[in-house]
Amino acid sequence: MAATLRVNPIACSGHGLCAELLPELITLDEWGYPVIADQPVPARLGKQARRAVTDCPALALRLATAR
Amino acid sequence: MSPALPGPTMARPATPGPDTAGFSRLLPPAGHPDDLAAHLGRHGPVPYRGGAGRLIADVRAAGLTGRGGAAFPAYRKLEAVAAAGQGRAVVVGNAAEGEPASHKDEALLRLAPHLVLDGLQLAAEAAGAARAVLYVRRDVHAATRLDRHLTQRLARGLDRIAVGVVPAPPRFLAGEESALASRVGGGAALPQFTPPRVFERGVDGRPTLVQNVETLAHLALIARYGPDWFRAAGTPEEPGTMLCTLRQADGSVTVAEAAIGTPLASLLDLGPGTAVLVGGYHGAWIPAPHASGLRLTNTVLRPLGAFLGAGVLAALPADRCGLAETARVARYLALESAGQCGPCLNGLPRIAAALADLAGLGGRRPDPRVLADLSRWAGLVEGRGACHHPDGTVRFIRSALRVFAAEVRQHQLGRCSARSSVPFLPTPSGPSTDADWS
Repeated sequence: MAATLRVNPIACSGHGLCAELLPELITLDEWGYPVIADQPVPARLGKQARRAVTDCPALALRLATAR
Repeated sequence: MSPALPGPTMARPATPGPDTAGFSRLLPPAGHPDDLAAHLGRHGPVPYRGGAGRLIADVRAAGLTGRGGAAFPAYRKLEAVAAAGQGRAVVVGNAAEGEPASHKDEALLRLAPHLVLDGLQLAAEAAGAARAVLYVRRDVHAATRLDRHLTQRLARGLDRIAVGVVPAPPRFLAGEESALASRVGGGAALPQFTPPRVFERGVDGRPTLVQNVETLAHLALIARYGPDWFRAAGTPEEPGTMLCTLRQADGSVTVAEAAIGTPLASLLDLGPGTAVLVGGYHGAWIPAPHASGLRLTNTVLRPLGAFLGAGVLAALPADRCGLAETARVARYLALESAGQCGPCLNGLPRIAAALADLAGLGGRRPDPRVLADLSRWAGLVEGRGACHHPDGTVRFIRSALRVFAAEVRQHQLGRCSARSSVPFLPTPSGPSTDADWS
């Protein structure tokens, strides 16, 4: 079951915590907003991805199950 | 408030009447507004089908697509809302017309209001809607006219569902579906994060059908004259006619109805022009010599990175600088960002400022790395907004850098080949306050 990360860009205020917790899939642009790798979350990173979702101060990160 | 522009005038259709494959299906042949008596004389009463869903097969067979810009098949939204609505859906006719270069919705509502209102009733019936709304760009005169039309229709028993009129703020994004749903629900006209999509959960959380008013007018004709009649104009892939706002190089502005597939050269006088803007401010520039061989269809335009959008076609005069025009529009688009998403909020002003410097409008010499900066910022805003404003803005700017590449090189050397610096494309100065979204 592949899951993908998606950010709600309206809710996101660029704290940048997600990029610290999951640097393998999330980098920050030059204004501090997350750029998410265009790929499903690999199983080995599932735990970190869930942590990034739950710890986002703006609750702007979602983990969506791909169809 | 009404725009301080000369009102769009009507191109006279060659062959009047709904029985022809001509250019006067939507607009009255003589160019005078159709009052209720004239409308009933021409088209007869509203052809209700007597139940939800019954009109949808005809709309599908006709191949009608949304005329607001996205060209999405109209039947699919109707089906989705009819299925999800359970009789509590909302139908909204969209005449926000936030695009400053477009006047076709305003012209349609002024000249053939009852065709739009018929279409709204028929769409409400097909979707099994409990509420019908007309969302119209804020304009006191238009609102007064619409109130009068609606009162007349109610008195004559033409409308089965009462229609509310909600004013749309004069903002570029006011007609974006999620912004519309928010505004009609009593909030600000700001784009929302999706999903849920508006057809699932829109106005007041109800499944909501949003159709451009021109789409509704076509629907009212399909309900009367049938899918085969509709397909007698246009191309097999893109049937029917569409309204276009034509902005000629001599400065004249007209709204015309054209069959899809019409040669662009028969709509625009491309003689002295340098380039054509197709599809409005989220559209693309095409060099005039290339455009003169093209037809008015998405099938032709999409491979060129362009699309019909809401039908704006503008022929840039030969004495103007396409780069300066693009820079002014880019500044307008940056100011029209809702400012909700970080990449759009940060990226569009930087893109606009760099373009202004390059065009010689900024009072600064362009940075030597300006093209690399523009390319990087375009990539950073694309696909990263809740709505498509950054994507459309980037499409427009990239096309300018491509089509006006020679002019870009001139500007990097501090030169400009334009002989006139008078702005051509309209860029309204914007609202008095940032909060004017309602």
